[in-house]
Amino acid sequence: MAYSEKVLDHYENPRNVGKLDDKSNDVGTGMVGAPACGDVMRLQIQVNGDGIIEDAKFKTYGCGSAIASSSLLTEWVKGKTLDEAAAIKNTEIAEELALPPVKIHCSVLAEDAIKAAVADIKTKRGQEGA
Amino acid sequence: MQTPIYLDYAATTPTDPRVVEKMVECLRLDGNWGNPASRSHVFGWRAEEAIEEARRNVADLIAADPREIVWTSGATESDNLAIKGVAHFYQRKGKHIITSKIEHKAVLDTCRQLEREGFEVTYLTPNAHGEITPAAVAEAMRDDTILVSLMHANNEIGVVTDLAAIGAMTREKGVLFHVDAAQTAGKIEIDVNAMNIDLLSISGHKLYGPKGIGVLYVRRKPRVRIEAQMHGGGHERGMRSGTLATHQIVGLGEAARIAKEEMALDQAHSAALRQRLLDAVSDIEEIHVNGDSPKHLPGLLNVSFNYVEGESLIMSLKDLALSSGSACTSASLEPSYVLRALGLSDELAHSSLRMSVGRFSTEEEIDFAAQQIHTAVEKLRELSPLWDMYKDGIDLSTIQWSAH
Repeated sequence: MAYSEKVLDHYENPRNVGKLDDKSNDVGTGMVGAPACGDVMRLQIQVNGDGIIEDAKFKTYGCGSAIASSSLLTEWVKGKTLDEAAAIKNTEIAEELALPPVKIHCSVLAEDAIKAAVADIKTKRGQEGA
Repeated sequence: MQTPIYLDYAATTPTDPRVVEKMVECLRLDGNWGNPASRSHVFGWRAEEAIEEARRNVADLIAADPREIVWTSGATESDNLAIKGVAHFYQRKGKHIITSKIEHKAVLDTCRQLEREGFEVTYLTPNAHGEITPAAVAEAMRDDTILVSLMHANNEIGVVTDLAAIGAMTREKGVLFHVDAAQTAGKIEIDVNAMNIDLLSISGHKLYGPKGIGVLYVRRKPRVRIEAQMHGGGHERGMRSGTLATHQIVGLGEAARIAKEEMALDQAHSAALRQRLLDAVSDIEEIHVNGDSPKHLPGLLNVSFNYVEGESLIMSLKDLALSSGSACTSASLEPSYVLRALGLSDELAHSSLRMSVGRFSTEEEIDFAAQQIHTAVEKLRELSPLWDMYKDGIDLSTIQWSAH
């Protein structure tokens, strides 16, 4: 299978790999996917008092496209507000990485991951549904 | 050493240069290009002579009579001809067939077709080591069973079936026994008489011969009848019509001759390299050998690296040509049905690599491959949230995953 150059770049040099303290009130964690399906993404965001994402980290078990999708996402969300981050669409990720149709689900998973991370920190801060 | 390194001998083998030489003789203008069915001139006679020599060589490889060898286009056609041929000829005797869940698609899809035609098929499940046991076959036998079709060795995990024990049983019950020997012909010993095999499929390109040629062995005593699938000029005693491809047949014949002559050497070479590879990677944490039966092909190794996904692993191993039992490499998004049949968890089935070595593999290649695998697994585990959780002592089976 041929991968786009951008997928290969993120796969060879993944950005922001790591783990943040998920107990912290400034950290939102989104873990989506399932081992049975062949991909699991953990995306974490560190949010300051103004609701701006200051840092993001990820770890992904999955194919090259899943790794690239989550790596790209961590770059994109930094500096964004929670609502801006949650508004990122999978189609934007798929387009940026030139994912083939069979890999679109990787970008969907990334969108789910950021939405889950945002929901997590909002719950922690008592802003559920905000 | 040239990269990528070929570690996929179970998919296909390179054609042995000695085979190529023989084949080219049949393609040259001044060579042996006649139609072997031409009875009226020397061009035909010479071609026929070459065909018969090849037939003897293939027969010798499996301890058969040359008159029991039918040329086909490959093991897929041989499997189709054997199973449909027997089913259609003997359907008045019974309509039950026994096979296994880990057969090649050429057998499974043929059986599915027969089910649509009204036959009943029992698909045996292997044990955890990947073996289809004689006891499992015995248990599935019925009065209306007409055929047992099993592979000699599985193409993904390399586990070898105890043919002699099963053959003794089928012969005693008067049930026909078909064996798909695509992975084993020329690799390990086959004796169709000692093993009581009635029909046996061989593929040319798995034993250093050309693609597009195969063999179906059809027993003469006691006589096995099959209904032809390809009708025409009545070639191959009416069992498979079509002008014989002299160059392909001569190639397979030479490949069979070499395989028989050098079998001990090939076996020792492949087994040593497989062991070298296994030794070099077995210090990786959470490595699992799939199909850990002591009876396995000399050159095939299937392993899973837990918490690493198979497709990304293959992507990291771009200097190695090998195959994954995992989803995405084969357009379907399912993990290997063979590994699932062994009872492997989805995670392990998704993290498998099949590596197969052969006649032209070298120690240097194996050492390089092992080092690449170490690096790739380490890198991907750094990236894996599942590895983190495993290291934190979290039991992954207790997590509520959001399947998608």
